[in-house]
Amino acid sequence: MRRIERDEIVSVSFELNGKRAAGTAQPRTLLSDFLRQTLGATGTHVGCEHGVCGCCTVMIDGVACRSCLTLAVQVEGRRVETVESLAGDEDRLNALQRAFNKHHALQCGFCTPGILMSFTDYLGRNPKPSEDEVREVLGGHICRCTGYAGLVAAVLDAAREMRGETEPEGEPHAA
Amino acid sequence: MKPKSFAYVRPDSVEEAVDLLAQHGEDARIIAGGQSLMAMLNLRLVEPSILVDISQLKELSEIGVRDGAVEVGASVTQARLLAWPELKARAPFIALALPWVGHFQTRNRGTVCGSIAHADPSSELPLSLRLLGGEVVLRSKKGSRKVKAEAFQQGLLTTARRPDELITAVRFPVGVGAEGAGFREVARRHGDFAIVAVGAVKVAGSIRVAVGGVADRPGLLELPAGGSEAERRQAIEDFAWELGGYDDIHASARYRRDLVRRLAPIIISEAA
Repeated sequence: MRRIERDEIVSVSFELNGKRAAGTAQPRTLLSDFLRQTLGATGTHVGCEHGVCGCCTVMIDGVACRSCLTLAVQVEGRRVETVESLAGDEDRLNALQRAFNKHHALQCGFCTPGILMSFTDYLGRNPKPSEDEVREVLGGHICRCTGYAGLVAAVLDAAREMRGETEPEGEPHAA
Repeated sequence: MKPKSFAYVRPDSVEEAVDLLAQHGEDARIIAGGQSLMAMLNLRLVEPSILVDISQLKELSEIGVRDGAVEVGASVTQARLLAWPELKARAPFIALALPWVGHFQTRNRGTVCGSIAHADPSSELPLSLRLLGGEVVLRSKKGSRKVKAEAFQQGLLTTARRPDELITAVRFPVGVGAEGAGFREVARRHGDFAIVAVGAVKVAGSIRVAVGGVADRPGLLELPAGGSEAERRQAIEDFAWELGGYDDIHASARYRRDLVRRLAPIIISEAA
């Protein structure tokens, strides 16, 4: 049995984007805060802190979920992936990120990390989604800039590219 | 906001979990998926002194058919039940209603039992349990008991669970809904809390209808399958008034009753 007393500060370690990450947390520390404030992984954003807006979405053991509804101590020994895991070593954007760029699926970018992580999980399970299915998953996110049309187009296009149905159109716009 | 301080315990067995509940009672909260509880903790609507995490208990992670019911353990997520290959054949109504529970991202962690324990009046799973005539399996240091759905949910976020009890599983009777089933809800955005949710199943000569989001708990109406159109309309009208409804930021009580009048006939015809 693992027991951590109220206000006790304990060491928490897990795999973050393929590398071991460790820091100290109280039982009440949210994973979202632990990532940003303790580990400095600020790619994950924090919005509503009650699971509605979706911008804190990360993958835990390969499954998309809200880091604001998860305690840091709950991911001990598990595998966490954040938006920082997506681009390759030389900061080359992956297919999903390139499609977001191409289709103007973001403006201010605040909601983007969460949406990318949701679809990283979802497209892995359903490589050929319909527009309705994409909209259903997008229902778990709030974006105040784009009106969602660009997001839907980007996800459908990325899925096509990931299935190898279209050739990528050369290099993405210069970062 | 951030939660108030609490102690965190991850027991290694159900026995340890119920020991902790016996010791701490109402000061303890059970966390499984946390998709309702964490939001309430963050908003400081609940301030437990100790959190008992059962999400990794292997003995609660099973989905199976036992004594005529689909039994779902307390650490089974909504996503896992939705992906269960036998779901459509064994519990066709659950297969219809489950995709409406929260979002893809919250179903990945949210548990079936947790949603029933939380007892939100507009939630799909408490409605499903009531409609199908299911039951909740509870365990404490003193032993186990089963509570029928109609006795389990007692009002807004209130259930028959005693402070020293752990929900170990919920049971949905096998095959109810196989003759016919329908489900629909109205919400601002798919995945948000339903303003009104309506489900129906055809069972041995009658149509059973359950409504969520209007009263403080799911309401149930039983209609004879062969009744006339006018009789049916009157029964739905009476049912809507009986449920009452409440005004909030999303809808008035009157609007909720009107949704019952409009949705129920559609869902009944889908189930019939």
